[in-house]
Amino acid sequence: MNGIESKVAEPQTEELALVEAARSGDVGAFEQLIKRYDRNVFRIAQHITQNREDAEDVVQDAFIKAYRNLAQFQGNSKFYTWLVRIAVNEALMKLRRRKTAKTVSLDEDVTTDEGSMPREVADWSPNPEQLYDQSELGEILQKTIQALPESFRTVFVLRDIEGMSTEETAEMLNLSVPAVKSRLLRARLQLRERLNRYFKKPKRNGAKPQ
Amino acid sequence: MKCKDFLKELNEYLDGQIDVQLKTELEEHLQWCHDCYVVCNTTRKTIEIYHDNDVYPLPEPIRERLHQAIVTKCKAKSEHQG
Repeated sequence: MNGIESKVAEPQTEELALVEAARSGDVGAFEQLIKRYDRNVFRIAQHITQNREDAEDVVQDAFIKAYRNLAQFQGNSKFYTWLVRIAVNEALMKLRRRKTAKTVSLDEDVTTDEGSMPREVADWSPNPEQLYDQSELGEILQKTIQALPESFRTVFVLRDIEGMSTEETAEMLNLSVPAVKSRLLRARLQLRERLNRYFKKPKRNGAKPQ
Repeated sequence: MKCKDFLKELNEYLDGQIDVQLKTELEEHLQWCHDCYVVCNTTRKTIEIYHDNDVYPLPEPIRERLHQAIVTKCKAKSEHQG
């Protein structure tokens, strides 16, 4: 399918030149990198932490940390991937800090077999997103993804929203490739199931006047 | 192929990461199994909708404030290093 591709398409050499310049102290060059990726970092952070303030902090902390550690960046991975890894760690730390008071563990064991069979199979309207205006749609999508367990949500965001590969996602989250695949499948199916009620085709002859 | 087997391969099918033979088998299943056809299409649509709609846009004024804060700290670091 063509719909899923990275939101970030960058000419690699130009970017490496920016990274090089930033490494030698050119803050202006680093600012170019900030402008390029701040929206992605914010989106990932907000999805993980589900807290606006935390997400803003993550953007700041991740970029500052990246700048301070540019010497450690190896040109063999993309700068974006490297940056996202820093951002994901920062976001997960924020989340853990907030969750310490609660009993829910981030590493709660996620069983892989149950819960992935679709319960409701209903076809959707041809252009379901057009059933709602932009802000309504935004609310629906936000509410729906927020309801996913954190471990599914993060995998979905990195893989399907940010366009990371399964291997990159596994590495960033310290998960095995099969674990990423299984969480991704469950995330996708659960989101689908939850979106049914907003997007399903109205039954034309189903509702007869009583 | 059973629906359960189809679902197991759904990720790879949607991502286009399967070999030709398995793809043919999955598509055969889709031809007669309406439920899997619907699940497959609506799951694909789910991914597209989330990919195409930014649920958390970053407002410009906040963006600028963040940039300034980051750049100030980076400059401080550069000067410190001399």
